[in-house]
Amino acid sequence: MKKLSSMLMVGAILLSLLAACAPAPVVETVEVPVEKTVVVPVEVTKIVEVEPEEVDYGLVTFISTQGVPIEEAEAMRGVVLADFPGQVEFIGAEYEHFEDLVLSEVQAGKGSIDVAGALHGQFPTLVAAGALQDLGALMDSLSDRGIPEAFVELGKLGTDTQYYVPWMQATYIAAANKKALEYLPAGADPEALTWEQFRDWGKNIYEATGEKKLGFPVDGLLHRFLEGYIYPSYTGGMVTTFKSPEAVEMWEFIKDMWQYVHPQSMVYGFMQEPLLAEEVWVTWDHTARLIEAFKARPDDFVALPAPSGPRGLGFMPVTVGLAMPVTAPNQEGGEALIDYMTRPETQISVLREIGFFPVVDVEFPGYVPIGIRMEGEAVTKQAAAPNAIPAMLPVGLGPRSGEINKIYRDAFTRIVINGEDTVTVLESEAANLQALMEETGAPCWPPDPPSVGACQVK
Amino acid sequence: MKRRRVNWEPYALLLPSTAYLVLFFAWPMVQAFKLGFQSDDGQFTLAYVQRMFGDAAFVNALWNTLKLIIAIIPLQFILALIMALLMMERLRGSDILAYVYSIPLAISDLAAGLIWFSIFTERGFLNSLLYSLGLLERPYLFLNYQSYWPLVAIVLAEVWRATSIVFVILVAGLQSIPRDYIEAAEVFGANWFQRVRRVILPMLRPSIQVALILRTLLAVQVFAVVMALAGRGVTVLAAEAYRWHGEYRNPHMAAVYAMFILIISLASAFFYLRALRVKEEAIL
Repeated sequence: MKKLSSMLMVGAILLSLLAACAPAPVVETVEVPVEKTVVVPVEVTKIVEVEPEEVDYGLVTFISTQGVPIEEAEAMRGVVLADFPGQVEFIGAEYEHFEDLVLSEVQAGKGSIDVAGALHGQFPTLVAAGALQDLGALMDSLSDRGIPEAFVELGKLGTDTQYYVPWMQATYIAAANKKALEYLPAGADPEALTWEQFRDWGKNIYEATGEKKLGFPVDGLLHRFLEGYIYPSYTGGMVTTFKSPEAVEMWEFIKDMWQYVHPQSMVYGFMQEPLLAEEVWVTWDHTARLIEAFKARPDDFVALPAPSGPRGLGFMPVTVGLAMPVTAPNQEGGEALIDYMTRPETQISVLREIGFFPVVDVEFPGYVPIGIRMEGEAVTKQAAAPNAIPAMLPVGLGPRSGEINKIYRDAFTRIVINGEDTVTVLESEAANLQALMEETGAPCWPPDPPSVGACQVK
Repeated sequence: MKRRRVNWEPYALLLPSTAYLVLFFAWPMVQAFKLGFQSDDGQFTLAYVQRMFGDAAFVNALWNTLKLIIAIIPLQFILALIMALLMMERLRGSDILAYVYSIPLAISDLAAGLIWFSIFTERGFLNSLLYSLGLLERPYLFLNYQSYWPLVAIVLAEVWRATSIVFVILVAGLQSIPRDYIEAAEVFGANWFQRVRRVILPMLRPSIQVALILRTLLAVQVFAVVMALAGRGVTVLAAEAYRWHGEYRNPHMAAVYAMFILIISLASAFFYLRALRVKEEAIL
């Protein structure tokens, strides 16, 4: 009896604790996210004769560094790959496992992997190990898909051989709550902002509401903002201009802007969460880390191209390619899978399921959720901007490609957060950057002009 | 002289745990030392150690880790001792207290960090409560990296989460103290404080030693709670080791950080063993 009564007491205490903790809404009630479906009448313009396909390509093993989270891998297997005539074994793997697997199969001379999907910057190690086939003939057969020449060129990794076929792309854009629009600086076009106007936007909001509403994913992909957006926008380069006078000016600007940045930014990994919680109104992040906000409440947010700086609109397109290891056991099946993955309908299904944008020429059909179309339009506008400066993910650093991020992040922490002297910090971090370049022998990559030998910080 | 036959039985019983320790602790430790002192071409090098001491994040990480240890351990120890003594008084409902105290034991440290994040975040429980009571006009930014609040939040979360471990160890220790001693002290007129100071605490020494060593080791490794509550705002040694391995992809540097954590842990364990030395004859 005693036991029972004490357990009941514990239950009662827990219940009362829970009741006391129930959150009461602060300031504004948050709307329950509702999926919006847009019904667009479809007009039949072309009748396509469908012939039943008899081919079966058998087992095709497809390993990828993208689509790793469980929901994405499930979507790949259940939706994207469902119509492929054959049986696709999709394996999502973190880069280190991916690299180990592909390289060990090639070293063993006998493999199970037919198709390997990875980021542009993840291929050079495989190419250096002689692990990838020449896909030139396959690429030629896909010439009617409308893949931009720049992307095809990227797939050659600076050689004459087509090592990968571009598969999908993603990038980073700006996003804003519509409530912020009334505080836009006078005369500013939200679709063609400068970073100064972006700061003034935050300043206006702060002066009107007393709240710091700009947000950055400091615990997320902040290093990409530094490497691919603000550096090219202000200095025209990434590595060579690391400690240039323009860079000093740029850091002073970031320090100034940081007065209006939400102090909880240090904890933000994915900006969709603070956007939905309305802690942040104006932000920048990867499309895949903003998509939930656009999906949940498309009427409340706008997707915008990233702002530009004095030198242009620096942006980082992330391209994902498909390659075939030299040891692929199912050559025909692998090629058929790459063909399948670059068809417009597959590309749209990839966009819907894992949020990567097509590399082929597609029209977004009405059934593509509005949130994704919103992002798609911002991505296209950003890439097509007349002053666009595409910046590539660091290439050629091999296993040390993570260390470059630390250098940009350390510079940020020391200058902006700790308030150390900009010139001193840039001098010391430039030495680290130069050492990294020398030790890996990495030549410059865009937006820095090509170099002979290791890239040099000027 | 007849040679005594060696009794193999105890060794056979020790073998599985020894094998386990060698395989999963000693061997990885040797590997970590190798990683930390060997360059990629197999040469002995101190470059990684030097690089760690020169690392922009190192001083901050070390300083924050020490601050957390200094703030958390005494607080937890005193709280756990009070809780344990309360338990021993056999007050009405003290069983329930034991249940309530033990709830956080079942929660992983990351989950604990996330719970406290949802309390302290801008639109979290605490701000909601203060706002609905009319004490705040707009949410207060507790997790502002420019303030001391993130550290305070981490200390609170850690105290909430791990005080019960200390509590459980101390309760076990208290229960093993024979009642006769306490009753004898009572007979001689010792009041409650005198009994605690002169009888209970000295006899509790072995448990205190275990509890402090365990807690300090865990505090040196504090990680998930910090990551969840402060992100990049507060860095600690374990977080830097993790980032070097997972983000910056340099296992050598991660190994050097891990070794540094190991050295601090060993030093603190050694310190407690010396400071709270238990004489053989004192143990009954």
